[in-house]
Amino acid sequence: MYRYTIKRILLMFPTLLGAAVLVFFMLRLIPGDVCELRMAGTGMFVDKEAIATCQQNLGIDAPIYVQFIDFITGFFTFDLGKSMWTGKPILHEIGLRFELSLQVAIMATLTAILIAIPLGTISAIKQDTWIDYVVRTFSIAGIAMPSFWLGILIILGLLIMTQKVFGDPWMPPIHYTPIWEDPVANISQLIWPAVATGYRYSAVATRMTRSALLEVLREDYVRTARAKGLLEKLIINRHALKNSLLPVATVIGLEFAFLMGGLVVTEQVFNLNGLGKLFVESVTNHDYTMTQSLVMLVAVVFIFTNLFIDILYAWLDPRIRYS
Amino acid sequence: MASPSDLAVSEMDFDTVPERSWVDKIKDTARKKPLGAVSACAVLVMILLAAFANVITFYDPVQNAFDSMHVAPSVTHWFGTDQFGRDIFTRIVFGARTALFVGFSASILGSTAGLILGVGSAYFGGRFDLIFQRFMDIFISFPLIIMALSVVSIFGTGTQNVIFAITIPLIPRCARVVRSSALSIREIPYVDAARALGFAHVRIISRHMIPNVMAPYLIMLTSFLGQAILLEASLSYLGLGVQEPTAAWGLMLQGGAEEYAESAPWIPVFPGLAITAAVFAFNLFGDAVRDTLDPRLRSE
Repeated sequence: MYRYTIKRILLMFPTLLGAAVLVFFMLRLIPGDVCELRMAGTGMFVDKEAIATCQQNLGIDAPIYVQFIDFITGFFTFDLGKSMWTGKPILHEIGLRFELSLQVAIMATLTAILIAIPLGTISAIKQDTWIDYVVRTFSIAGIAMPSFWLGILIILGLLIMTQKVFGDPWMPPIHYTPIWEDPVANISQLIWPAVATGYRYSAVATRMTRSALLEVLREDYVRTARAKGLLEKLIINRHALKNSLLPVATVIGLEFAFLMGGLVVTEQVFNLNGLGKLFVESVTNHDYTMTQSLVMLVAVVFIFTNLFIDILYAWLDPRIRYS
Repeated sequence: MASPSDLAVSEMDFDTVPERSWVDKIKDTARKKPLGAVSACAVLVMILLAAFANVITFYDPVQNAFDSMHVAPSVTHWFGTDQFGRDIFTRIVFGARTALFVGFSASILGSTAGLILGVGSAYFGGRFDLIFQRFMDIFISFPLIIMALSVVSIFGTGTQNVIFAITIPLIPRCARVVRSSALSIREIPYVDAARALGFAHVRIISRHMIPNVMAPYLIMLTSFLGQAILLEASLSYLGLGVQEPTAAWGLMLQGGAEEYAESAPWIPVFPGLAITAAVFAFNLFGDAVRDTLDPRLRSE
């Protein structure tokens, strides 16, 4: 097991290097020069000196291999350079927003688990009844419904409902307060984006819970449990559910890495100053260094989550032994 | 592939086996796959709406009309009007054009590029395959929208670039699936035979391998349609996709929700419904195609 873990950690490096190469060449794919494009984009006259300064700041006047080595060493020493838009260090900009996005991501995951496991279980137990169909439609709708639209509907609903009930429209607070300072304000702000993202995220997990549980319920040991007259509730909770949650854990873990994609739109709807919003802003502002760093961050999160899931998997299921 | 029973039929006297009309065949399929049939109808309706947009509605989807802003849904404006006085129903119908155009172009381009790369990777194999697959792995490790936004950051916004931005992340997803099917095709002796006959690589790939991986190709293509439409809507919503004044569903949702709540809650409701319905229909349609072509790929 230790051996496997070490091997996996070592294998991370080539993948990370690959992602770094991809991200590095992304910037070089831009037709023309980054600086020219960025400055000429404003439609004004650009003097040669400004472009030269910009190139120097970015270091793109150096030969390509020097640039690549700089980029890689910078990445491994956590020196991501400066944002082309704000001029502040990228690490600082990311650090400011990391907490918020991480919290929304975790809350969205919890929401997804809270939706997926009970619904998936009910759907499997009541297979092919109307309850099953309702649950399945609900979960397929989650994939079809854009999370930004769900977010807009949530805000609309909140505004209209509070107007009707309290006579005063209420909106989730706009300014972020860390959870340890004011948990109520924090949760009342972040629960909505978490629900909007989590619902979509729960769709796959619900289907997975259902099919995994259906499979386990056909196993011999469940039949034995039924034969000895065990309560159906106990069979489901103690015997079946535990074993069927393994693939569900994988799905939830894998999707965690993809949450960043969901956050990009939901943060925009709820006007949260998180990493997703930063990403959209950096794309809008042609802030290439920032875009690069954020793409790289997504890759790192993905690779680490994958590693974590594989190790967790072996720990959850003693039959799985990596050699 | 011809199974023995097919051969038996072809040798029989055709007068005794009446050819079933295509209407019967459709009826038969509809009975077997009711969900698939419904979704296929929905897709067809959407295509017709998009094709005959200018016949269905007589309002202009682009022209502002400041004398009729924020009009609630009524007989004259079925879904009401938006903040520029444009009829929302009209914009949704014309938006279907944008959505379907982007969705179909991106899915077809993405899966076709994936088909060629996947089959090529399987056919040449060896080191090329290994390196190529690792490269694809890296591409797949990014969420669709992150990859699409990165492409937008390089090439800019607008309808064409959006199609491009959606196509790129779809390619590796199709290439991977196609490659795994193509690997087994490659082991079939007729490929070796074709090689022994000295056919060119291009000919072997296009005439002998590609026709045999059409099933996974079509499955991926149809499953991409819903995703591409959703992605286009997301990009347009973020202001990084299709640009105003073109009618696009995601674009219609732009602007703060708190603005709409008091004055015109119908503005965000209908475009969102259109996106959901379209993606829902295309997803079901994709599932039906998958079940018909290759039941083994069923996820449930």
